[in-house]
Amino acid sequence: MKNTFNRRAILQGSGALVAGVAAPSVLRAQTPIVKVGVLEPLTGNLAYNGTQCAAGAKFAAEAINAAGGIKSMGGAKIELVVVDAQSRPEVAASAVDTLVEANVCAFTGATASALGLASSQAAAKYNLAQVFSIGTAETVVTRGLPNVFRFTPGVNKCTSIALENLKLLNQGAGNVVKTAAIVHEDGPFGSNMAKILAEELPKQGIQIVETIPHPTPHRDFSNIALRVKASKADILIPSNYINEYTLMARALNQQRVELKAIYSILGGAASNIKFVRENNEVAQYVMDCNHWYDPTKAESKALAARVAAAGLDLTYDVMVSYATIQVIADALERGASADRQKMIEALAASTFDKSIMPYGPTKFVNGDNTSAQPVNTQIRGDKIELVFPKQYASAEAVFPVPVKKN
Amino acid sequence: MSILIVPAILSGMMMGAVYALVALGLTLIYGVLHIINFTHGSLLMLALYVVYFLNLHLGLDPYLAIPIVLPLFFTLGYCLQRGLIAPMSGGSEQNVLLITLAVSLMIDNLALYFWTSNTRSADIAYAYDTVEILGALLPLGRVIAFAAALAVSPVIWAFMAFTRTGAAIRAVAIEKRGAELVGIDVNHTYAICFGIGTACVALAACLLFPTFYVTPQVGYTFVLVAFTTVVLGGMGSLPGALIAGLLLGIIESLCGLFLGESLGQIGIFLAFILILLFKPSGLFGKRAGS
Amino acid sequence: MKFQSWGQCALAFFAIAYLAGVYFASSPIWMGFSINALIVTLAALSWNITGGLGGLSSFGHAALYGTGAYASAILQVKYGVNAWFGLGGGIAAGAAMGAFIGGLAFRYGLKGSYFALVTLAFAEVLRICASSFEWTGGGSGLQLKLMPGLAQLQIIERPWIYTGLLAVVGLVMFLTGLIKHSRFGAYLIAIRENEDAAEALGINTYKIKVQAMAISGAFGGLAGVLYLQLWLFIDSTVVYGSAVSVEALIGPIIGGAGTVWGPLLGTLGLHLLGEGTKSLLPNSPGLNFVFYAIVLICALRFLPQGFVGFAARFGAFNKKERDDA
Repeated sequence: MKNTFNRRAILQGSGALVAGVAAPSVLRAQTPIVKVGVLEPLTGNLAYNGTQCAAGAKFAAEAINAAGGIKSMGGAKIELVVVDAQSRPEVAASAVDTLVEANVCAFTGATASALGLASSQAAAKYNLAQVFSIGTAETVVTRGLPNVFRFTPGVNKCTSIALENLKLLNQGAGNVVKTAAIVHEDGPFGSNMAKILAEELPKQGIQIVETIPHPTPHRDFSNIALRVKASKADILIPSNYINEYTLMARALNQQRVELKAIYSILGGAASNIKFVRENNEVAQYVMDCNHWYDPTKAESKALAARVAAAGLDLTYDVMVSYATIQVIADALERGASADRQKMIEALAASTFDKSIMPYGPTKFVNGDNTSAQPVNTQIRGDKIELVFPKQYASAEAVFPVPVKKN
Repeated sequence: MSILIVPAILSGMMMGAVYALVALGLTLIYGVLHIINFTHGSLLMLALYVVYFLNLHLGLDPYLAIPIVLPLFFTLGYCLQRGLIAPMSGGSEQNVLLITLAVSLMIDNLALYFWTSNTRSADIAYAYDTVEILGALLPLGRVIAFAAALAVSPVIWAFMAFTRTGAAIRAVAIEKRGAELVGIDVNHTYAICFGIGTACVALAACLLFPTFYVTPQVGYTFVLVAFTTVVLGGMGSLPGALIAGLLLGIIESLCGLFLGESLGQIGIFLAFILILLFKPSGLFGKRAGS
Repeated sequence: MKFQSWGQCALAFFAIAYLAGVYFASSPIWMGFSINALIVTLAALSWNITGGLGGLSSFGHAALYGTGAYASAILQVKYGVNAWFGLGGGIAAGAAMGAFIGGLAFRYGLKGSYFALVTLAFAEVLRICASSFEWTGGGSGLQLKLMPGLAQLQIIERPWIYTGLLAVVGLVMFLTGLIKHSRFGAYLIAIRENEDAAEALGINTYKIKVQAMAISGAFGGLAGVLYLQLWLFIDSTVVYGSAVSVEALIGPIIGGAGTVWGPLLGTLGLHLLGEGTKSLLPNSPGLNFVFYAIVLICALRFLPQGFVGFAARFGAFNKKERDDA
């Protein structure tokens, strides 16, 4: 503790920290504390997702502390060190220094792959583990960095499971879907997904009749809606962020595009309750294959209640970030140490299966959690229901969409 | 694809009307004060938030919010120019640009701090209504914005042409020192002009909100296009801004249709570069060069 | 580099003392953020050639920075070229892009805010292109393979990265000094002060301005390449985004446009300010930027000639020389 104080005192001398910050942690020294970093974009264009992630981490730390903290470390309380990546890779990387300075044992982050790539590369020099909340680009885990742990599925896994589920749905409906249109944001996720779909969909007997990439932000979706309409596709497979998704859904409705289903893959809005609330009419029956928690677990219900009480929207960002803190807490519990190397070893050996996510026992292979999987959700009324996989489902999927009365 | 051309041109024009509305205020400020105003996008964002909150808390329709939002933003613009931008810039063009940039950084991040980065939109009853023109279905909100853009430009033009304040603004724009000599309060006139420009962008916000959303970053979505519109139309030209806005909307829409939506915006910027290179005074501009 | 006052000497001394002090700082934060600041300083030095010496205020230096970074990344990723050749390619591409933009813009006599807007548009066009074509990695950007070692210009030990960057910044500052005091620099300054008069004196102003853009492009390209070698990843927003353009011009203006030390002093000062506001307001993202903006506005108001111009007032060696700082 004394060591920490000294280092802080030096910082103070350099005018970087105010005295008030350092003092309370000295007073609290009686209860042991273990620090965990949260590196998220809290400002800039990714601020929404980053802020939601930071909130999820906070809820997890509160829940763990309320349940007695890390028992193998004398009931140590988790203290989060939240730093802002400002939606810029170089800032994300230098924020790792701040985390190391604060003596965190590991950290979670960083919403976008570009930020995560930079931060994990910087953290590798310190042998500091980064548990990715979201980092769908496969380059996250193919660089061979030992400090990288991606708890959630990447783009390949998400797309292939989405395709499997689509096949099941289509078979169940008597293979009514023969053609598909793809609308995707032109960033890493959307482009990669479109590539995989172009290869795999024809194997299921679904012809791709239109593929439309678009930038973010995009102001007008009228043309896209018209092209989808002209393509006469049976289903639409979109992947984009919430703002574009909202505009797209409206344009589809305005141009009276008739679709048998909207089946999005990591759609920014299709599993966002705000979209359901503000665009209820167009949101009906929209399906999404995305990160989502297991709603049947008691802890999931407790989280949902706390998020609602805090006046926040329960998005997948909150869920995955909550779960990554759970994974870190489990590693701390087993390793009984906040040492960085011990944390990496404990995380690598993780078989944790009590997170709120619908995953089996965690198994990191080259840093990628092979038990991670996305689930399918569907918007029904004013709720988002989980429809796949069956063992976690809260509702039966409606596919294709019932024909509109008017 | 060819059957989509007419709808694409029409929906491009509808979007272009929004660009024109945003650009009207900007071109007015540029034409008179000769400053590149980077706060314009932030003010658009701010106005969108005001419209959103009026709708949320008072249930006020975005179009009915116009009589409240316009005077509010005129005052805000006036105070911003008179109280902050003018006294802080010390008259240097480069400094004005950086000060507007800093003010915009300030407004954006205050919005982020107070209102969070949540995307907000409203479920307005007529948000999905459409109007059928030449076989194309056009969103009602966009058609209203289009009509408003056509109506507003002549109003501002008439104001500039026939009122005393308008004459003072024109005098200051042409010859600042001369205007000062004949007793025009230049600082007051500048601030009035900035206020009118800001009121224009607030009007754009009221007309945009029913078909769009608001986040603290939303200003960037429009501000670069608005600059392009101003230059294309001829800096300071009101009819120029209107026609350039419509033109850019059509260019963007057609480029999006034929080159792919990702490259649609390239059309806008290529038009921008071409016009700067071959007719730097813009379509309707009078002065060239400096 | 000639100092004109004791104040400027003191300013340079503080900067050197700070940069040397980073080696001895107990916290890794200082070196980490100084490395970022030095890369931005290079971009600022690039802007300073055209914007400072020549008075050609660009608002799109990201076009040069990004072109350097992309050229090097494409050479390395798509064609397997060694990083050192990538560095050369990046610098050359930056210079070529500078000459291209300058050649077009100056041919039609664009200056002032028109020039600012056309450069801004060029950067935007390049950003959209880079995010749309497969060749440039599209929206996914380009990622270099991790191959630590000097052979691939991937240095892992941070003190060495820092030392290397210090050397490069020092070199570019030295070159800036040479340019400023050369015949070419004198022409450039003459153009800034009065272009018509310069033309009347027989200076080929077009040629000089395009050359200045090319030199600026080479420096900007260098900055972009070094960013790439440091983080091994670029995408269109990271290197062509308007944030880069703003950072490139804001440092020199705060530090003192057209001076050798201004870009370094301004960039360091602003980065320290940014870091300071972040530490003062740690749990309120956004507010730190508000505070930053307020200080920035005050600096623009009260230091119209930047740090260097301000320091010139204290203990001037020679009253006459002061004015042409």
